[in-house]
Amino acid sequence: MKLHRFLPALAAASLIASAGAADITGAGATFPYPIYSKWADGYRKATGNAMNYQSIGSGGGIRQIIAKTVDFGASDMPLKAEDLQKHGLVQFPAVMGGVVPVVKVAGVQPGQLRFTGKLLADIYLGKVSKWNDAAIAELNPGMKLPGDTITVVHRSDGSGTTFLWTNYLSKASPEFRQSVGEGASVKWPAGVGGKGNEGVASYVQKINGAIGYVEYAYARQNRLAHGQMQNAAGAFVQPGQAAFRSAAAGADWSSAPGMGVVLTNQPGEKSWPVTGASFILMHAKQDKPGNGREVLRFFEWAFANGQQTAAELDYVPMPDSVVQQVKAVWQRLTDAAGRPL
Amino acid sequence: MRRGNAWMDALFRNVTRAFAFLVFSLLAAIIVSLAYGGAPALLVFGVEFLWTAEWDPVHQEFGALVTIAGTVATSAIALAIAAPVSFGIAVFLTELSPAWLRRPLGTAIEMLAAIPSIIYGMWGLFVFAPLFQSHVQPLLAGTLGQVPGLGTLFSGAPMGIGMLSAGIILAVMVVPFITAVMRDVFELVPALLKESAYALGSTTWEVVWRIVLPFTRVGVIGGVMLGLGRALGETMAVTFVIGNAHRLSPSLFAPGNSIASALANEFTEAVGELHVAALMELGLILFLITTVVLAISKLLLLRLARNEGSGP
Repeated sequence: MKLHRFLPALAAASLIASAGAADITGAGATFPYPIYSKWADGYRKATGNAMNYQSIGSGGGIRQIIAKTVDFGASDMPLKAEDLQKHGLVQFPAVMGGVVPVVKVAGVQPGQLRFTGKLLADIYLGKVSKWNDAAIAELNPGMKLPGDTITVVHRSDGSGTTFLWTNYLSKASPEFRQSVGEGASVKWPAGVGGKGNEGVASYVQKINGAIGYVEYAYARQNRLAHGQMQNAAGAFVQPGQAAFRSAAAGADWSSAPGMGVVLTNQPGEKSWPVTGASFILMHAKQDKPGNGREVLRFFEWAFANGQQTAAELDYVPMPDSVVQQVKAVWQRLTDAAGRPL
Repeated sequence: MRRGNAWMDALFRNVTRAFAFLVFSLLAAIIVSLAYGGAPALLVFGVEFLWTAEWDPVHQEFGALVTIAGTVATSAIALAIAAPVSFGIAVFLTELSPAWLRRPLGTAIEMLAAIPSIIYGMWGLFVFAPLFQSHVQPLLAGTLGQVPGLGTLFSGAPMGIGMLSAGIILAVMVVPFITAVMRDVFELVPALLKESAYALGSTTWEVVWRIVLPFTRVGVIGGVMLGLGRALGETMAVTFVIGNAHRLSPSLFAPGNSIASALANEFTEAVGELHVAALMELGLILFLITTVVLAISKLLLLRLARNEGSGP
């Protein structure tokens, strides 16, 4: 009986609490978590308003934004146009990063070994299983590679990094597309799974003859031996800010529905082939226009002031031309009555 | 005064009863929500889900065989190691240890139980796995691996991680639980019984085997089951060292996957409805396995008690 009196009071109290605070919440992808929280810190210092971001994973972020429990969702994989339409969502890219192959082979220094997409696909399919295979030697003339068995390391948890990696390998090898395909988690034909970028990095450091893929920042921080890759233009490139930026600059953002460009295998002489953006999802019709406006203000601030921080953490900020297109997307957001925010 | 007491009494009874029934409703709610969440997968794959080895999120084909096998195999390895070791520790602590050593030893074992499982996982990956790879696995492959039949269990490349490593880490984790229960029940054996046996000329081994163990059988099995329950559901530590590969392999050196580990790995980024449903169904299966294990141990104890007329 008492419960009946108690519950409305509790509900009222929580309503007051949520109406009083101008804080916004977001949830989703783990890959951009370090930069979002760094931005949130800077934004709070600049404006006094807080942004809480929970890195629960892209899948979780998509579910939370559909259920409207957060002000924005974040996903490493762009949603398809029909899914955006179905749930009334608007999507835009916020930050970018690159994925690099890393190896532990006796005598191989960082940036030395050369790979093509086809070769990486064959390694991850288990078809190329020795480091002295002819396919590797052909790309790396003059290098002495041991006859060690290749141990493939992949992510065990579902991940945007895996999505980018498999998306690229599928583009590079029809056989990989056929038998494995692309996704946040896939059925790997070979190898062992490490949890998170740090799990893959530590396996690669420990197992002789290992090859893995990690975000660029992890390869640098752990001083792993990353490889060069051949891009769509046929050139072998080293990973780095310039190479990731080049991939973003060459992309055709405007024609993709919801700006959902996957930046793998982009044209450009200097482009790194496995680059990707992380996306923000918001409801086109905002039930709480105040919060919606605040989310936009946050990202406007981040695009204008957060470039340096992003670069320090080995992320790639969106180029100005893309930011202009993102701001055009924001014009489509309205409040419940259909008035623009 | 008296009326006030009666009123308080009724209130107290009802409140405690409500708390007790809360447990039932929670249990029911968990089962219902797991079953509801897993229903789409059950509708698509049917009972075959249980013995399908396929786990392919891209092509939306799911089966539980690999993870069930991994869960059962790692827990079995853990118990095979932990049960005898725990028994030894408990016997030493209660029968053989000098009195001044009992307290520090007992506390050390209880401290092991208090270490968070993620620490075991990190220790397993960074310290145990490299040592296991360079020293133990070559030894196992060279000895047990050469035995016909048994050899396949210890074949393949030593990587330091895999089913066997996960089982051993689990064993370290459940030893304190089993030991604590065994020590407590061993201490319950009346000194009179043991003294009488010693007076008749029994050795310590005979006292433990003939007097202590029969007297404490229920508690000992209970302790082992407690350890098994923990091993079945352990997540983080296993995730770190099992290798996380959705493949069946006859070798214990090979990477595998357990139900709890698969859930921890894949839930956050599972996007498709079927993938989430399949994970939910895995959760339900783990729940059922645990329930069945507990039920079997209860039945076992009941039968033991009946055979003896009056159990301890």
